[in-house]
Amino acid sequence: MKVLVAVKRVIDYNVKIRVKPDHSDVDLTNVKMAMNPFCEIAVEEAVRLKEQGVASEIVAVTVGPKAAQEQLRTALALGADRAIHVETEARVESLAVAKLLKAVVDEEQPDLVILGKQAIDTDNNQTGQMLAALTGMPQGTFASKVDVKEGSVDVTREIDGGLQTVALTLPAVVTTDLRLNEPRYAKLPDIMKAKKKPLESKTPEALGVSVESGLELLGVETPAERKGGVKVGSVDELVEKLKTEAKVL
Amino acid sequence: MSILILAEQHDGELAAGTAHVVAAARAIGGDIDVLVAGEGVDAVAQAAAGLDGVSRVRVADDAVYAHQLAEPLAELLVALADDYTHVLAASSTTGKNVLPRLAALRDVAQISDILEVVGADTFKRPIYAGNAIATVRSSDPLKVITVRTTAFDAVADGGSAAIEPVSAEVSNPSSRFVGEELAQSDRPELGSAKIVISGGRGMGSGDNFKLLDGIADKLGAAIGASRAAVDAGFVPNDMQVGQTGKIVAPELYIAVGISGAIQHLAGMKDSKVIVAINKDEDAPIFQVADYGLVGDLFEILPALEQKL
Repeated sequence: MKVLVAVKRVIDYNVKIRVKPDHSDVDLTNVKMAMNPFCEIAVEEAVRLKEQGVASEIVAVTVGPKAAQEQLRTALALGADRAIHVETEARVESLAVAKLLKAVVDEEQPDLVILGKQAIDTDNNQTGQMLAALTGMPQGTFASKVDVKEGSVDVTREIDGGLQTVALTLPAVVTTDLRLNEPRYAKLPDIMKAKKKPLESKTPEALGVSVESGLELLGVETPAERKGGVKVGSVDELVEKLKTEAKVL
Repeated sequence: MSILILAEQHDGELAAGTAHVVAAARAIGGDIDVLVAGEGVDAVAQAAAGLDGVSRVRVADDAVYAHQLAEPLAELLVALADDYTHVLAASSTTGKNVLPRLAALRDVAQISDILEVVGADTFKRPIYAGNAIATVRSSDPLKVITVRTTAFDAVADGGSAAIEPVSAEVSNPSSRFVGEELAQSDRPELGSAKIVISGGRGMGSGDNFKLLDGIADKLGAAIGASRAAVDAGFVPNDMQVGQTGKIVAPELYIAVGISGAIQHLAGMKDSKVIVAINKDEDAPIFQVADYGLVGDLFEILPALEQKL
């Protein structure tokens, strides 16, 4: 079984973001970048499927600027067999990414596509669902368990208030939630080996996909800072203030 | 403008989030229809018809929509979307599952988790876990939007919208419901609770989370946790409040033994009133707390339970 796993280059999750002075966007100059945490979980799941003998080949794919090849190399170091870079410097919205990934799916014909449920930069939580729609595949979003069977996959999903399990006919799209697995770290020899693994570059033009979007980013602002309040001296004082001042009890 | 809202339901009842989505729709303006899709959904439809501002409830009652699977729901919405300029849903696990699928099938963008309606085509939404707010404008003919329900006050009851059945030929050959395991708790859900009390690494162990139970029972609160407490194995991940867990904005948030990492603040800083209980008086959580109490949580929690 062939598994396609999509990854995204985003700001490192430990970095405190800054909005540009002209409020046009978030400032990403000289900021540490990394693989989106949910994508790390997606790669890990693919690698585990291969270790279990379920997957025979793992293809990692990303859509993004030249530098996003770093994240593909990380995926290769973690266990992907080869990588595809759809190179664009443009600001690509989820729908365009889904269209580009569909073009890759059409070429690669994977049995399973695994993506992170959302990227921690734009927080959209859309691309996997959109890819599923465009390819006509069923979707198992927010997965906390993936169980591949003959011609189908059981996906346990984190839904509000609990878990739901669905059975999807393959090929299918799965998006990962936090509990699915705990990603490993790449080992140095694997990082060295990953440099020699095949990495193919494509362009949106070559894939015949327009990355234009109906969405326009008008501006970005910093949310109102929350001001610290007062320290209270005792439980009595706290309860009193919550009752009479804050009126929340 | 004409707006279709996908109703949210749990256990055969209309979920609270829908009344908040109607409020967002009223801010956009225009006729508001609510779609109730499921199996045996009379009660849900009746409740939706009572929401203030709803002009019509459209009901698709069929086994194919049971369990709210994305594939048939998106197909139904595609069939209905021609009549509308906007399709809205709560930014719940159902809304987030279904609406991007609809948007892609209609070749339009989807706008996630809006906090504010600036105009009928312009919305504010959080990015970077709420550490920045983006203003986006859509030029698409159909706006497909999920709504952060905590950002809009629920509309009242008091309406009496017409209820009409919709017929659409929808089949679902590719996905099948297998089962579900819903948390059996008398407590409200983390995402919609009016009061949340969360424990962090300072709780020391999973057993000590029991100290929060009595307080949560008295307050009718949901219990949450920081990522540090989840990573330490004290409690399961579905209790996690934060950037990578649940985003909450209750009336009252009580953070116990939580230092206040960016991760955690991102998930709760929009709460109306924040209380922090921590033994370290320099903990960053105090910088966002309205009321801070420095001290040993093992003494404070039992005292607090008694006072309530």
